[in-house]
This record gives sequence, C-alpha cells and structure tokens, in this order.
Amino acid sequence: MAAIVCKKLTKHYGPVVGLDGLDLAVPEGSIFGFLGPNGAGKTTTIRLLIGLCRPTAGRAWVAGQEVVFGNQALHTRIGYLAEEPAFYRWMTGREFLIYVGRLFGLGGGELTRRVDELLELADLGAAAKRRIGGYSRGMRQRLGIAQAMINRPPVLFLDEPCSALDPIGHKEILEVIAHLQGQATVFMSTHILADVERVCDIVGIIDHGRLVVQAPLEELRERYAAPVFLVKLEANDRQLTTLADSLHKLPWVGRVEVGENQLRLFARDLAMAKRELPKLVAVSGLTLLRYELAMPSLEDVFVRLVERER
Amino acid sequence: MNFPVLLGKELTEQWRTYRFLVIVVVFVAFAGLLSPIVAKLAPELLKSMASSSGQMVIIQLPEPTVADVIAQFLKNLTQIGVIALILVAMGTVALERERGTAATVLSKPVSRLSFLLAKFTALTLVFAVSLALAAAVCYYYTVVIFGYLDAGIFLRVSLLAALYLWVWLAVTFLCSALFKSQIAAGSLAFGGYVGSSLLSIVPQVKDYLPGALIEGAGKLSLDAPADVGRAVTMSLAMVAICLIVAYHIFERHEL
Repeated sequence: MAAIVCKKLTKHYGPVVGLDGLDLAVPEGSIFGFLGPNGAGKTTTIRLLIGLCRPTAGRAWVAGQEVVFGNQALHTRIGYLAEEPAFYRWMTGREFLIYVGRLFGLGGGELTRRVDELLELADLGAAAKRRIGGYSRGMRQRLGIAQAMINRPPVLFLDEPCSALDPIGHKEILEVIAHLQGQATVFMSTHILADVERVCDIVGIIDHGRLVVQAPLEELRERYAAPVFLVKLEANDRQLTTLADSLHKLPWVGRVEVGENQLRLFARDLAMAKRELPKLVAVSGLTLLRYELAMPSLEDVFVRLVERER
Repeated sequence: MNFPVLLGKELTEQWRTYRFLVIVVVFVAFAGLLSPIVAKLAPELLKSMASSSGQMVIIQLPEPTVADVIAQFLKNLTQIGVIALILVAMGTVALERERGTAATVLSKPVSRLSFLLAKFTALTLVFAVSLALAAAVCYYYTVVIFGYLDAGIFLRVSLLAALYLWVWLAVTFLCSALFKSQIAAGSLAFGGYVGSSLLSIVPQVKDYLPGALIEGAGKLSLDAPADVGRAVTMSLAMVAICLIVAYHIFERHEL
C-alpha cells in the first residue's frame, strides 16, 4: 500500500513551473530518497504534500488522507522538517519540544519522557536549557528533526535533513533515519547522493519539476548506470590525458575521467570493453597498478539521467 | 483545540522578549504619571517663562482641573500609546511568516484561526493590563495632586480609550496579516492612523471614526452630554471586520 500518492501534481509560481505533473507512489514503510539538483522542485513537492501551499493542478494523498491546502487534519499523522527549520529564538530547546508536543495533545509524564528521549537522540541533552537563539546551525537542524518526530508520525517529511550537520552529526542522523525503516514512511529530499545510497531503499529523481525516474536503488543501478572501469597507472598527467583522449575516440567507450594516477572509463559496450581495454593499457607502455570493474554509483546514475533530460 | 497552548506561548513571548515590559513602562510613564503632573505644572511653567522674558506680559490662565488631566491622559494614549502599539503589534503575524516559524507551527495540528486568535488575544491582554496600570497610576496621582477625581467618569473615559486602542490594535493586526514584512505592515497601519485623523475634519464622517470615542471621552470629563453609542458600535464593528478580513487573508497565504 502506498503511504504517499501524487497524481499529476502541478505547481506554477506565475510563469515559473515549480512542479510539472508529478506522479508518484511511495510504499508504506519505505525510506524514499527524493533526489534532484537545486531548484528541481523537491521543496515545492514537500510543501504541497503537507498542505502548506496550494497546487495549481493535480491531487495528493498522504497516510490515506487527501491533502487539502490549509486543512490541519492530516498534520496529526505527519512530521515535517523544513529545509531551514525556524524556531522561536527566545525558547530553549526543551521548551520548544514541550510546546510542539502540547500542540499534538501530549502532556504529563508521557510528554516529559518523549522530550527527554528526543533530546538524547538529537544529542541536545547538554544544550536543552539554552536559548535556541544561541544554537549553531547544526544544533537547530537536529532540533528540527527531533520536533518532527515528537508525535511518532507514520509519515515523516525531511527536507534536506543532513544539510548543516558536521560529519558525526550527519552519521548519527542517518542512523536515526535508517532505524525508522519499516516503522514509518520517510520522504527525504536531498542532493547528497551518498546519503541516499546509505539509507534509502527507493529513489525518485526529479529535474525541472518533472519526475525523471522512480525505482528501487538496486534496480536503478542495474538499469541506468553504465559499467565503470577503474584503471590505476604509474603515469604523469600528460601521459594519462593522452591515453584518455585515445580511448575516448573508440565507439565502445563513453565518458573517460582523468584522476590522480587513474582513469575512470564508462563503457558503452561491456563485453567489448572487457576484451579490449586490458590490451590497450598494455600497448600504452604504462605500468598497471590496479584494474577493476567498479560498481556504478548513484552519482553516475543521477548525472546520466539528469544530463539525458537536458 | 490547542488555543490555550498557543495563547500560553504568545503571552510567554510577550514577557520574555520584554515587549510587555516596554508597553507597561510607556503607558504608565507617559499616560499614568506624566498626565497629572503635566496638567498641574504646565500653567506654572508658562507663567514662569513669561516672567523670565523680562516683558510685561499678563497671562491669565485658569486653575488646572482634573478635566485637564483627563485631556492630557487621552492625548498621551492616542499619540504615544498608538505609536507604541503599532511598533509592538506590526510584526505579530508578518514576522512569523518572514522567519518561517508560521510554517513550523502550522504543519502541526493547529488551525489558522486558533493561530491568529491566540495572537490577537495575547496582544489585547498585554495592552489591557498596561492601560489598566496606567489608568490606576493616573487616578492615584490625580487624587494626590488635585484632591479628587470621579472614579465613575474616569472609568468610562478609560474604557473609551481602551476601545480606541483596540481598534488600532485590530487595524495593525490586519496589516500584519497582509504582509510578510513588518515594516510594510507598520507603515500601512500608521498611514491608516494618520488618514483617520485627517478624515476626522470632515463633519459627515467624524462621528463614525474611532476619534469620536476620544472626543466623547473628553466631553464626559467635562460633565457634558456625550453620545458615543454610534462611535462605540462602529469601533466594535471595525475590530470585528479587521479580524475577519485578517483571517480570510491569512487563510489564503501559502507558507
């Protein structure tokens, strides 16, 4: 069963198309990575799905309810972290969580326990009694995630949840999100491909307000990523560039990237590449240090799909 | 219904951000303390200025009365009081939209109506308490300086002044719901205040404007007959209209 469904969801901002007929179905209990370049329509989609803005056309359903602009009935069943979460700067972190909990009708010992639990989860225990005005961007981001989870929502919308986090905070938040798998549906927008690879099981790629593809991560890799050969050589930049240029002219070779002492070669014809590439490397006279057929990354898929659309 | 939670937050915010303190100090100092003192000392001051100029100027001023205190009280409230009110209330909705906190709160099970009503109720309470304190201080010092002030008359004068301030609070609140910028909201509210003062010179409309409340209050202080029924009805209607329009506009805002 789908926890989130969009049918021809469209949003225009005057002459600008923010979202162009988005069709989407996110299965219940999945962690959905919503990928796209800046300005692709990720935030617009989330704002439409939680009823904070009005669609120009199309409809959407979240947690079995139709999304209606301005109707708060849905809000008991969702959690939302904005791209740049905003708080009352005069409140302390603990006060803000208590305030949000009360808006959900929580109170007494249940609220206190939940707030303590979330403060610990967000690593804000020591700063709980400090004013939010004095929090760093990363601390505000972690508080934003905590407040989004206070009602144990069946559907959680996270708009760029890991932006502004330091590496440790980043890792911890990803662990929290991964832990939600099966318990809640998480709709996570991001442009950090590595995060999607780490925690998401389904990926949607959006560009210019249109869904380019939606599929499980593995299927995406298999379907869209060209095989990548990693060739590490004992050579200087000039020698590597000469070799890359000669390879690039061959019909079975796609893109060739030159790195430090290495080439990344995207094959158009895998069988041909497997047969021909070692010979060509041998003929070049350079010393081979490493040769492998690498797993294509999500970044490869993303770049390929987004470039194809343009 | 989480109106009490929202109201509690609004009142705490007024307290913690010192807005409540500022309003109390402005009202008590200017309307409460200065009104009786200025009414008493102004004629003395004028006389001493005239005599110090060295010219033979004969100024005959009547002895100051409690009616002068009330006139001063009303003048201070309708000028400094209204300006302070606009400055405090202009950001009440606009700032929440501008900073994004409105989106944070309204993505929870909170209706836009409760969100607005909590804000307006909190502002009303803050100004009501400030005005009550200012009126109490003014009453006390007037009795100390002048020996007597009719409590009934002063109460009616204060209630008319409260209604006058409430109208401008509602107008400022409406402006704050209109714009994302508190400066734009404050400027429009101030424009409305100036415009209303200019309109009050037109005899056909002046009885319907909030200024008629203050004129009526002035007459009450002189024991003259004052028909403020029409002004009171119009003012209450204005408050209601401002709130209804504010809600309908805010309901349509995308966050």
